[in-house]
Amino acid sequence: MANYTEEELAKDLQTQEYEFGFTSDIDSDTIPKGLNEDVIRFISAKKNEPSWLLDYRLNAYHTWLEMEEPKWAHVKYKKPDFQDISYFSAPKKQYESWDDVDPEMKATMDKLGISMDEQKKLTGVAVDFVMDSVSVATSFKEKLSELGIIFCSFSEAVENHPDLVKKYLGTVVPSSDNYYATLNSAVFSDGSFCYIPKGVRCPMELSTYFRINSSGTGQFERTLLVADQGSYVSYLEGCTAPQRDENQLHAAVVELIAMDDAEIKYSTVQNWYPGDKNGKGGIFNFVTKRGLCEKNAKISWTQVETGSAVTWKYPSCILKGDNSIGEFYSVAVTNNHQQADTGTKMIHLGKNTKSTVISKGISAGQSQNSYRGLIQIHKSASNARNFTQCDSLLMTDKCGAHTFPYIECANNTARLEHEATTSKIGEDQIFYCQQRGISEEKAISLIVNGYAKEVLNKLPMEFAVEAQKLLAISLENSVG
Amino acid sequence: MSKTLLNIENLHAEIEDKQILKGLNLKVNAGEIHAIMGPNGAGKSTLASVLSGRDGYEMTEGKVDFDGTDLMELDPDERAKEGLFLAFQYPVEIPGVSNINFLRTALNEIREYRKEEPVSAKEFMTMVRERSQIVELDSKLASRSVNVGFSGGEKKRNEIFQMAMLEPKLAILDETDSGLDIDALRIVAAGVNKLKNENNAVVLITHYQRLLDYIKPDFVHVLADGKIIKTGGPELALELEEKGYDWLTK
Repeated sequence: MANYTEEELAKDLQTQEYEFGFTSDIDSDTIPKGLNEDVIRFISAKKNEPSWLLDYRLNAYHTWLEMEEPKWAHVKYKKPDFQDISYFSAPKKQYESWDDVDPEMKATMDKLGISMDEQKKLTGVAVDFVMDSVSVATSFKEKLSELGIIFCSFSEAVENHPDLVKKYLGTVVPSSDNYYATLNSAVFSDGSFCYIPKGVRCPMELSTYFRINSSGTGQFERTLLVADQGSYVSYLEGCTAPQRDENQLHAAVVELIAMDDAEIKYSTVQNWYPGDKNGKGGIFNFVTKRGLCEKNAKISWTQVETGSAVTWKYPSCILKGDNSIGEFYSVAVTNNHQQADTGTKMIHLGKNTKSTVISKGISAGQSQNSYRGLIQIHKSASNARNFTQCDSLLMTDKCGAHTFPYIECANNTARLEHEATTSKIGEDQIFYCQQRGISEEKAISLIVNGYAKEVLNKLPMEFAVEAQKLLAISLENSVG
Repeated sequence: MSKTLLNIENLHAEIEDKQILKGLNLKVNAGEIHAIMGPNGAGKSTLASVLSGRDGYEMTEGKVDFDGTDLMELDPDERAKEGLFLAFQYPVEIPGVSNINFLRTALNEIREYRKEEPVSAKEFMTMVRERSQIVELDSKLASRSVNVGFSGGEKKRNEIFQMAMLEPKLAILDETDSGLDIDALRIVAAGVNKLKNENNAVVLITHYQRLLDYIKPDFVHVLADGKIIKTGGPELALELEEKGYDWLTK
C-alpha cells in the first residue's frame, strides 16, 4: 500500500467507474463472522495498534455487553444478529471486473452523473476513498501537509500521530455513550482523521467517499476531526452502498472538536441502499455524530439523507464555550418502506451560545419520517438562543411525518423559538408546472428542491448539485 | 384563409361524474381573438381545465384538434409543449423556486420537445429583461419565488410575462381580468395585444365586457349550460353588458 501513488489512484479512478450497486471482485481479508474478545484483538493486531487502543476497544466491548439496544426511536426493524457479522475486511489487491452492474443502479448513476472520474475532476476536492474498512488511497496529501494539515485514514493516524488520536479519541462521544457508539468503539475498522493546525484555513473541501463492499460486512467507521484554535475546515462526507438483499449494519461515530475561534462545516450526502420497493434489504444506519465547540467556535452540520432502510442519527453540538454557535440543516427523504428518525441535539453550556435548527422532512410511499430534536439550555448558558424550524412535506396518503421536539431550559434568560409546518405536495403546483411544459417528474423535483432550498444552499456547490439530483431520483413516481 | 389552430367538436366533459360541458363546438384560427362569456357555472373555467388537462376533468365525448394533433391524447405538459398556454385565474405559488429557474426549466423542456438547443444563460436573461417590460413587471420579481408574495395584479402580470417567454400558439386567459384595478388591467391588456400576431391566437374567458375595451375580440361567444349558444362580433359583448344573459338562456 505504501507504494500506491497518486498517479496510480488517478489511473484506477479512470478505469473504474464508481457505481453503487455491485460488488467488486476482490479477495477480501475477512475474518469469520462473530464478535468476541479474540475478534477485537485480531482487528487491533491486524492494524498494529498500540496497547492503549486495544484497551480502549476491549473496555468498550465489555461496556457494550452490559448495554441494551435503544428502543425509543420511531422505527421498526429486526435487531441485527451481532454474531452473524464479520467485523473486519480489507481489500488485498486492486479492482478487476466492472461489468456485472445492476442495470437499475446503473441508470441511477447515469442520472446522478457522478463517477469517480468526475469526482476527481472537481478541482479542489481531495478524495479519501474508503473501500470497505481500509482506506485505499488519499490524495492531495502533500498539498495539505505543507500547511500542517493532517488528513488521512484513521489507521494511518493511529500509526503516525498516536498522540493526537489518544488525546482526542472518545472525548466528544465517550466509549460508553450509547449502544451503537459503544459497539463502534470496540470494533471500528477505519475511517478518517483530520487535524487543522492553529490559525490555518483549509484551502479546499475535504471529502470522503465511504462505501460498503463485501457482503455481510458491517461497517464501523470512525471519524475524528480536530480544528485547532482559529482554524477553518469544510468537510464533505458522501455515502453510497451497493445493492444488497440482507440488511447491513452501519454504525459510525463522528467526533468533531472545534477549539477556540475555530469553525467546522460538516456536510453529508447519505445515499446508502434503502431496500427495494417492498422494503426488503437495505442498510441500517445507526450513527452517532457529535461536535464540541469551545469559545467562539462554530460547528455547522448539513445533511441530505435519502438512503438507508432505517436511519437513526442525530448530529449534535455541545456548545461548551461562551459565544459558540451550533447549526443543523437537514433534508431527510424517505420513500417506499424507509424509516428515518433523525434530528439533532443542541446542548447549550456557555454564555451567549446560539443554535439554529432547520429540518426539512419529505415522506413518500409508505415511509415514516421523524424529526427528533433536543434543545437543552443549562443553568450556566445565560442569554442562550435557539431557533428551530421543522417542516414536513407529504407526498402520499400512506406515509407518515412525525415531530418530536424536546426542550429543556434551566436558564430563564434564554430565548427559544420553534416553528413547525406540515404540508402535502400541491397537485395545483404540479399542474401549474406541467401547464408550462414541465413534465410531472421534473415538476416534483423542482417543487421539492424549492422546499429544501434553505438547506441545499448550505451545501458546497458540487455537493448541492448531486444532492438535487438525488432528491429527484429518490422521489421518482412518488406522488399518490 | 388562415390556419385552424383549435377545433373543438361536440365536447362533452364532466367533473366528479357531473356533466358540465354538453356538446361544445368552437373553432379558432390563427390570428384571431375569441372571447367566451357567460353566466356563472356555465362551464367557462371547465373548458379551460379540460383543454389544459387538469386532473379530474374528463372528456366523455367529442374531439379536440390542436394544430393537427389530438389534444386530449396528450399529457398536460405535452399540451403545453405543443403550444397551448393557460393563464391561470389563480396563479399558483411555488416557494423556493425562482421565477427565472421555473421559466428556464419550462423553456428548455419545450425546446427539447421541439428538438431545439437549450437557451443559453445570456440569451435567456436578455429575453427576461425585454419581455418583463411588456407587462411592466419589475425585473426583481423575476428572481423571486414563483408568485410568492406577489400582489394580485403582479400575479396576473406574471402570467402574461410567462406567456411572453414561452410564445404559445394558443393562449387561454382564464378570467385574467378578475381582481385587477384599471391600471393593471390596461397593462395586462397591452401586453396581450403586443404578443398577438397573425400566427397565434387568444381565447379570453371573462365575465365582463371591461376587458374587451382593451383587447378587441374578433368573435364573442356566449357559453351557457355547457354549450355555446350564441356567437357574434364585439358588439355582442356590449349587448350582454347591457341586457345580461337571461334573454339568451330563456
